[in-house]
Amino acid sequence: MARLLIKNGRVIDPASHHDGVADVWIEDGVIKGIGVGLNASGAEVIDATGLIVAPGFIDMHVHLREPGFEHAETIESGSRAAAAGGFTSVCPMPNTKPVNDNATVTSYMIEKARRHAVVNVFPIGAITKGSAGEELAAIGSMKQAGAVAISDDGRPVMNARVMRWAMEFARSLGIPVINHCEDLHLSAGGDMHEGAESVRLGLRGIPGCSEDVMVARDILLAEVTGARYHVAHISSRHSVEMVQFAKTRGLAVTAEATPHHLALADRDMKPYDSNYKMKPPLRGSCDVTAVLEGIVNGAIDAIATDHAPHPGSEKMQEFESCPFGILGLETAIGVSLEQLVHPGKIGISRLVELFTTGPARILGIDRGTLSPGAPADVTIFSMDREWTYDVNKSFSKSRNSPFDGKTFKGGSVATVVAGEIVWRG
Amino acid sequence: MAHGLLGIEALSREEIQAILDRAKDFQPRDGQSFRKYDLLRDKMVVNLFFETSTRTRTSFEIAAKRLGADSVSITASASSVTKGESLVDTLNTLAAMRPQAIIMRHAASGAPHFLQRHLEIPIINAGDGTHEHPTQALLDARTILDRGAKLEGLRVAIIGDIAHSRVARSNVYLLSKFGANIVLCGPASLLPEALKTIAPGVTLTTNMDEAIRDADVIMMLRVQLERQHEPGFSASEYFQFYGLRLEHLKLARPDAIVMHPGPINRGREISSEAADSQRSVILNQVENGISVRMAVLERVMSGKKTDGATAH
Repeated sequence: MARLLIKNGRVIDPASHHDGVADVWIEDGVIKGIGVGLNASGAEVIDATGLIVAPGFIDMHVHLREPGFEHAETIESGSRAAAAGGFTSVCPMPNTKPVNDNATVTSYMIEKARRHAVVNVFPIGAITKGSAGEELAAIGSMKQAGAVAISDDGRPVMNARVMRWAMEFARSLGIPVINHCEDLHLSAGGDMHEGAESVRLGLRGIPGCSEDVMVARDILLAEVTGARYHVAHISSRHSVEMVQFAKTRGLAVTAEATPHHLALADRDMKPYDSNYKMKPPLRGSCDVTAVLEGIVNGAIDAIATDHAPHPGSEKMQEFESCPFGILGLETAIGVSLEQLVHPGKIGISRLVELFTTGPARILGIDRGTLSPGAPADVTIFSMDREWTYDVNKSFSKSRNSPFDGKTFKGGSVATVVAGEIVWRG
Repeated sequence: MAHGLLGIEALSREEIQAILDRAKDFQPRDGQSFRKYDLLRDKMVVNLFFETSTRTRTSFEIAAKRLGADSVSITASASSVTKGESLVDTLNTLAAMRPQAIIMRHAASGAPHFLQRHLEIPIINAGDGTHEHPTQALLDARTILDRGAKLEGLRVAIIGDIAHSRVARSNVYLLSKFGANIVLCGPASLLPEALKTIAPGVTLTTNMDEAIRDADVIMMLRVQLERQHEPGFSASEYFQFYGLRLEHLKLARPDAIVMHPGPINRGREISSEAADSQRSVILNQVENGISVRMAVLERVMSGKKTDGATAH
């Protein structure tokens, strides 16, 4: 009988409204209970004094690059980066090669993860075949194989009729539709947010409205179809307002924000440094403020990293030739604490929600809680321990982060998946 | 970091003034050609052009030779770029051949800035994408100054595809530093509102008459034929609304000059009559290109202002 006792931490479990110093007792990969002064005999003990003990964090938006792009990341390396960043579950997007648009690929990813990953992997299937935006993928069989949502992330469904079909089908299957909102005609050729900075640098712009028109379209379709609809990596102020509007209308519309969109605006970008190039792009300062407000007022339900590894050979090019995307798993807690908790915008338990119950509810998975009987996924992190991110020591196979060399106050300390300690700082 | 010339935006007014003053020394006298110096004897410069250019490349070549430097020109089609070598590798290879500077033109905005972060050798930007073309702005300023006393308070109209113009950006930065009033004019789709914020003294208009009224300088930009597939405006209407014709000149100041970075598209952005009129200083610009580039090459390559440049 494998026993683990996490002692004396501040246990925050939003699902059961628990917040206080306690011990967490784990046996055979399952949470047995939360209590004070629990008997440690025969158990491995983690002393969590001064630390936060939370349900395992869920990152509902990552790119693990396997199958097809193993030179950038693998399910194993990405899962190790996740564990080091305090995540116990990750949801890889389907833009692999081949695209995860059928049960064979979904099963392959799950089987690979079972053998090599140190965290839970819940794949997201494609909406359309090859994410080409035309014909629906094998959504039902992907769901049966274990896919928890559908998305054509990075290649948004431009045809509203196809999106409507996808939403109708997803509704009948009980899974959410996640969209990377970008009208590809409006954003065509763009490399960064359209605004004063793009004009100054002579780079083509990706206007905020390219996100907004698709969020608007999708909310209208969500109302028509009754689907659960989720906006990935929301970044523009009008999109945040529209999601809030959809919520007040009682629609099943949710949104996630990335740590980098909370922390950085277009003017923070080092000129022509591709470690600042991603989609959606770093927006204007008023957009950053709106996303932060959306977290505070509840328009935004989750934080997700959009962890997007690219090897150095692809990022070491002219800015306009570089692919979009940056690493995110290992810096998410540090950046989120810095932007949200330390300045007093939200309390620590709201932060835990954004990483646990928030994504778990959107996806409908039985994670994100420390209730007795739940899988023993636990994230132990510090709110004040100083550490400096060295991207060259990352568990990821790639090195593309704008936060290299940055010192954070607080971050992950230990990560437990199914009762096993998978990472310890 | 090496001290090249990446753009006007980062230069101080004093540095710009020093280049413009020095360029005056290099101007040819009384119908003669450019004098030959040996200021850069034993030095070498590489002209690396990833975009086709005749005038800028030739101008830099002549400038280098008149200063006594050896100059080698490489165009993208002849280089290993077409064989899939990365830009960084290409530049590292050239740097290993120990030139004192690399002059570079590239279709990607920021390409020289990106490379300069990885390279010790100074880079002179001969135009990067839709970002900057610093020596063009310097030669334009030299040409304006040759006709008048100072830039401060001048009204300069820049007309055309502002959004995609590196010439416009560099000129805006330079003229603004010297207190000129800059009116940017073009079709709305090629005139982003945010241009107002890139430097002090900039106003925008989509009306060409308004831009030219009382202007001291009219700077026409080339219609980028290669961008005509982006239908931000109707090509057939362009000349009607944004092409410079003789009648426009009546709106400007009586001593106003007409400039164009070349090569000109007669009948597209400028009529033949306007291009060849007494007001036109287009060929003076070409001539000043050499003296200004001599001043820039001397500044970058003489070692006086460089640090971290390759020893020889």
